[in-house]
Amino acid sequence: MALDLETRNQLIETVRRFVTERLRPIEAQVAENDAVPDEIVAEMRELGLFGLTIPTEYGGLGLNMEEEVLVGIELGGASPAFRSAFGTNVGIGSQGLVMFGTDAQKEKYLAGIASGEIITSFALTEPEAGSDSAAVQTRAIRDGDVYVLNGAKRYITNANKAGLFTVMARSNPDIKGGGGVSALLVPRDLPGITIGKPEKKMGQQGAHICDVTFDNVRVPVENRLGAEGEGFKVAMQVLDRGRLHIASVCVGVAERLLRDCVAYAAERKQFGQPIANFQLVQGMIADCKTEALAAKALVMDAARQRDAGVNVTLEAAAAKYYASEMVGRVADRAVQIFGGAGYVADYGIERLYRDVRIFRIYEGTSQIQQVIIARETMKRGG
Amino acid sequence: MKVLVPVKRVVDYNVKVRVKSDQTGVDLANVKMSMNPFCEIAVEEAVRLKEKGVATEVVAVSIGPVQAQETIRTALAMGADRGILIQTDEDLEPLAVAKLLAAVIGEEAPGIVVMGKQAIDGDNNAVGQMLAALLDWPQATFASKIEIAGDKAEVTREVDGGLQTLSVDLPAVVTADLRLNEPRYASLPNIMKAKKKPIDVKAPGDYGVDTAPRLKVLKVVEPPKRQGGAKVESAAELVSKLKNEAGVL
Repeated sequence: MALDLETRNQLIETVRRFVTERLRPIEAQVAENDAVPDEIVAEMRELGLFGLTIPTEYGGLGLNMEEEVLVGIELGGASPAFRSAFGTNVGIGSQGLVMFGTDAQKEKYLAGIASGEIITSFALTEPEAGSDSAAVQTRAIRDGDVYVLNGAKRYITNANKAGLFTVMARSNPDIKGGGGVSALLVPRDLPGITIGKPEKKMGQQGAHICDVTFDNVRVPVENRLGAEGEGFKVAMQVLDRGRLHIASVCVGVAERLLRDCVAYAAERKQFGQPIANFQLVQGMIADCKTEALAAKALVMDAARQRDAGVNVTLEAAAAKYYASEMVGRVADRAVQIFGGAGYVADYGIERLYRDVRIFRIYEGTSQIQQVIIARETMKRGG
Repeated sequence: MKVLVPVKRVVDYNVKVRVKSDQTGVDLANVKMSMNPFCEIAVEEAVRLKEKGVATEVVAVSIGPVQAQETIRTALAMGADRGILIQTDEDLEPLAVAKLLAAVIGEEAPGIVVMGKQAIDGDNNAVGQMLAALLDWPQATFASKIEIAGDKAEVTREVDGGLQTLSVDLPAVVTADLRLNEPRYASLPNIMKAKKKPIDVKAPGDYGVDTAPRLKVLKVVEPPKRQGGAKVESAAELVSKLKNEAGVL
């Protein structure tokens, strides 16, 4: 159920304060140490950020899509690495369970996910299955009451902290493609799971991705999400919702970069006056603002339509595609407006420039979004 | 024990205020409003007293326009149990506020009143003291620490040049200084639950006290713009400038 406006405003305002007062001041430290401090994670838990999208009956906030993207925009005000700490619990790590879980499965895990006690990961990508996500080779072969899980997953966000994985694995090797894949809830403590070292990444230090390998991991059949062979459907629906969330974070980062650019351009003097007075700089600010507004409008509209029960596969893909490309251009112009200072680490602009690059790649590359947009557009006849 | 916490809705501390062109006051049109930061500290202290098991109920009271309900909701989200709004569009003076609060306290009979030492809009620093006088209760102002034991409160005060510790009999009025605590962020689930907590809406007339203004604001002006500094060549020149231009020696 949607929140009343007063409560919603207070919620958004609280997230904004937390982001501004607690997260932004330690961005450089988080990047330097490649870790979000434990006390900040504890504060995120107390604030309720891990449970944004978990239904209220399990202790979450049960935000609708519009509310979730408004929070996402605020979260963009600080390094995206912070969001990653709870991002999987809000998005891909929990939504399969929320959408397809049985009452018993939800009962067992959702309260812990909402409070942040259990960190979740979504394990779809493999060395040979990225954009071609239906090509997963990890196998889950039925043996009585269990599936025997074997295979390797790659670039799994939060895998080193996760207590629960949603794993996409081929339960029927005779069916190629999506139809042979099932989704399994795999607790970290089952024997046979190995987590690799966190990868060294271009940006978003403090957020971690690792390989996960399964060696004869015996997963109870009752841990399957949805029917056997429904795994690909689970994955696609989970990613569908996640796209709007990612798009909203892109809008938030763009708005933050704009605030930084405007403040810097007003202060930095060249030729005896603030560079904000120069029309070529103004042109860059105007382009950033216009594109950020357009992306926000796209995200908000898609979110509201989704809340109204409309299928927004096309709109969500368009929002993710446009917003992630947009924030890349905004970050590029921000470096330009800051000039030398934009290239130097102290100002944090080059860090955001690197951080936002992943938005065009994960949870569906821009090219995959284009394919979805084109397919849906042709289906609709224009 | 019941704790009563008066809270005030003021211009947010991040806002750079502007004076109205007719010099009658500060322009409040489309300006972000929030709970006075010192009131926030008082709410936090009251909620901590409840969490420690010292207090059993925390009641937040606000006097102001209908939007002051939002300020009460913030207190409820932080952990207060219920609210009372005395709704008025008039900008009441400290004495009127103190009288209204004294009347509320007459009905509620709290064991302690914890409130901000002053509001960041008027900076009067008067209501707490006036309230204690009207009630004939002990007062401990500018508290940086509150310990309650039995029917006494030990309050550490920040005074010039050090700390002073007072022991006051309860009930008492204690006003919070900046370093009493660091207020929590209301958790998001608690913000949602706060909507279900009760707020009683009253009017100043319900309490039968005289709230007529005693003071008249003649004009409100911006502080003078700071002049740029100047460099001097020698100590002698500095002394001469301080003497002749600044007139401070």
